Amino acid sequence: MAKRIDVSGLTAYYGSHMAIEDISMTVEPRSVTAFIGPSGCGKSTFLRTLNRMHEVTPGGRVEGKVLLDDENLYGSGVDPVSVRRTIGMVFQRPNPFPTMSIFDNVAAGLRLNGSYRKNELSDVVEKSLKGANLWNEVKDRLNKPGSGLSGGQQQRLCIARAIAVEPQVLLMDEPCSALDPISTLAIEDLVGELKERFTIVIVTHNMQQAARVSDRTAFFNLSAVGQPGKLIELDDTERIFANPSVQATEDYISGRFG
Amino acid sequence: MSNITVNKSADPASAPQLSTLRQARLPWWGPAAPLALALIIGCGGGALIGLESKIQWGLISAILFVVFTYLLTLKVEGRRQAKNQLATSLVWVCFLLAVIPLASLVYETVDRGSTVLDGYFLGHSMDGTQRMLAGGGVYHALIGTLEQVAIATLIAVPIGLLTAIYLVEYGRGKLAKTVTFFVDVMTGIPSIVAGLFILSLWIIMLDFSYSGFAGAMALAILMMPVVVRSTEEMLKLVPNELREASLALGVPKWRTIIKVVLPTAIGGITTGVMLAVARIAGESAPIVLLVFGNPAINNNPFEDAQSSLPYYIYEQWQNGNEPSYDRAWAAALVLIAFVMILNLVARGIARWKAPKTGR
Repeated sequence: MAKRIDVSGLTAYYGSHMAIEDISMTVEPRSVTAFIGPSGCGKSTFLRTLNRMHEVTPGGRVEGKVLLDDENLYGSGVDPVSVRRTIGMVFQRPNPFPTMSIFDNVAAGLRLNGSYRKNELSDVVEKSLKGANLWNEVKDRLNKPGSGLSGGQQQRLCIARAIAVEPQVLLMDEPCSALDPISTLAIEDLVGELKERFTIVIVTHNMQQAARVSDRTAFFNLSAVGQPGKLIELDDTERIFANPSVQATEDYISGRFG
Repeated sequence: MSNITVNKSADPASAPQLSTLRQARLPWWGPAAPLALALIIGCGGGALIGLESKIQWGLISAILFVVFTYLLTLKVEGRRQAKNQLATSLVWVCFLLAVIPLASLVYETVDRGSTVLDGYFLGHSMDGTQRMLAGGGVYHALIGTLEQVAIATLIAVPIGLLTAIYLVEYGRGKLAKTVTFFVDVMTGIPSIVAGLFILSLWIIMLDFSYSGFAGAMALAILMMPVVVRSTEEMLKLVPNELREASLALGVPKWRTIIKVVLPTAIGGITTGVMLAVARIAGESAPIVLLVFGNPAINNNPFEDAQSSLPYYIYEQWQNGNEPSYDRAWAAALVLIAFVMILNLVARGIARWKAPKTGR
C-alpha cells in the first residue's frame, strides 16, 4: 500500500518568483514525516508539489524530480489526475463540499471518479468514517449536510473523504491549525493509526505536535523575506528536537529564532 | 479634605453639565415634529401659492423635512449627531421617492388591467375582433412571448453558461480579456440594434421570412451577455478550496466543474438567468422588426408572423380607443405577472438548490 517518496533537486516557482530551491529528501513509507519552519518558507508549496497540486495555482511551475517508488511524478506522460488519486491531501481549513451530505462527501472521491460499484459504496463510506474516528458521531445523520458539523468533525470528514479513495500517501497541510486542542488530539491520534496503512506527510507550526506525531522531522528555512525556502535538515524526530546538527534548527525549535 | 470637596463637585446629581458619555438626546418621537411641520408648510404653502402638482408639494415637504430634522438635532444634540440625522433623513426620503413610483405603477396596472382580464381574455386571440370594440384577448401574444422567450433562453443560456465557465475556470491571457471586453460591450447593445442585425442577416441576406424564431435570435443576443456576466460573478464566488479539495481527490477538472463548482453556484446562476429572461420578456423593438405582429394564433414559431405581449400592448395603444386601452393595460398586467411568476419560480429553485446549512 504505502510508498516511498524520493525528491531530488526540486525547485518550485510562482511565475518568476522562486518559492523553494533545490530540495532533496526521502519520505519513508508507513511513517509520519513532519515539516516545520517559519511562515513563508515554502513548506506548503513543497507539500503541494508532491501531488502536483502546485501547478493548479496560476503561474505555478516545478523543476526537478519526485520519485514515487522509482516512478517520476513529473515525467512525461504522467497524468496529474492519477497522481492525485495515489497521493491524497487534507487542507488547512476544513472544506467539505457544501452541496453534499456527509455520506456524499465521503463518497465524493469514488463517485466523481466514476469508479465504484453501488453496493460497495456504503461499505467504503462506513470504513472511511470509522478510519477517521467519525463514524459514531455521524452514523445517525449521514444524510445531513457536511457543513453542519463542527470544525473538528469537518476536518475528520475531510480526512475520511481523502482516505476513501485509498491513496498510497496522505499529505496534510496544517490540518489542526483551525481546531481546538480536543479536536487536535483526535486528529493526532488518527494520524498515529493511519500511519499503519499510509505514508503520511504533515505540515505543522506546532513543535509539540511535530514531536508527538512524527517519526522524522524536516526543518525548512529561508535566509530572508523574498528569498526561496530551503530544506535545512531532515532527521529522526528525536534527534531533531534533542540534538539537531544545525544551529538554526535548534534556534527555531527553542524559540530563539532570528 | 480637599479630595472630598473635589469628589462632591463631581457628583452627577449636583453637576451642572452631563458627563462626557451622556449627552442631550432627542426623544424617540424627535423626527415626528419636523415631519409634521414640513408637511404642513409643504402642502399648505403649496396649496396657498397655487402649485397644482401634488408631486411638488411632496418634494417641498421632503426637502423641508431633511432641513428641519438637521437643524433640530444640531440645536439639541450637536454637530456629529446632526450629520448622522441628515444622512438618516436623506436615506428615508430617497427610499420613499424610490418606492412611490413603483407602488403607483403596480397599483395603476392592477387597477386598470383587471377590468377586462378574465379567462376569456387569456384564452382568445384578436382574430376577428373589431379593434374599436370590446372583446378579443391576449392568447396569441402570450403564446408568442412564451415561445420566443423559451427559444431565446435555449440558445442563450448554454452559450452564456459555457462562456462564463471558460472565463472563470480556463481563460487566461489575451483571449479571455477580449471575450470579457466584448461581453461588456454586448451588455450595452440597444435592443433595436440587435433586431436590425438579425433583420439584415436572417431576413434580408439569407432571405428567411418573419417568424418568432427570428425574434428569438435577437432576444438571445440581448440575453447572452447578461447570463455570462451573472454566471461569471457567481462562479467567482465559489471558494477555490472546494476546487482544490476535489482536484486533490483525483477528480478531473471538467468533473470538478460539473459536480462541485456548478452545484455550489446553481442558486445564483438560476437567479441570473431569470433576471435575463425578465429583461428580454419585455423587449418590443426586435419583435416589431422581426416577428411582425399577428392578430391570429400562430403556434409555430418557425414560420410566419407571431405576436408578443410587449408588441400587443404597443399595438393596442396605437388603436387609440377605450376598449383597446383596456386590453393594453390587461396585457401589461399579464406581462408583469409572467415575469413575476418566473422570478418566484427562480427563487424557489435557488432556495431548493442552495448549499444547505444546519445540522
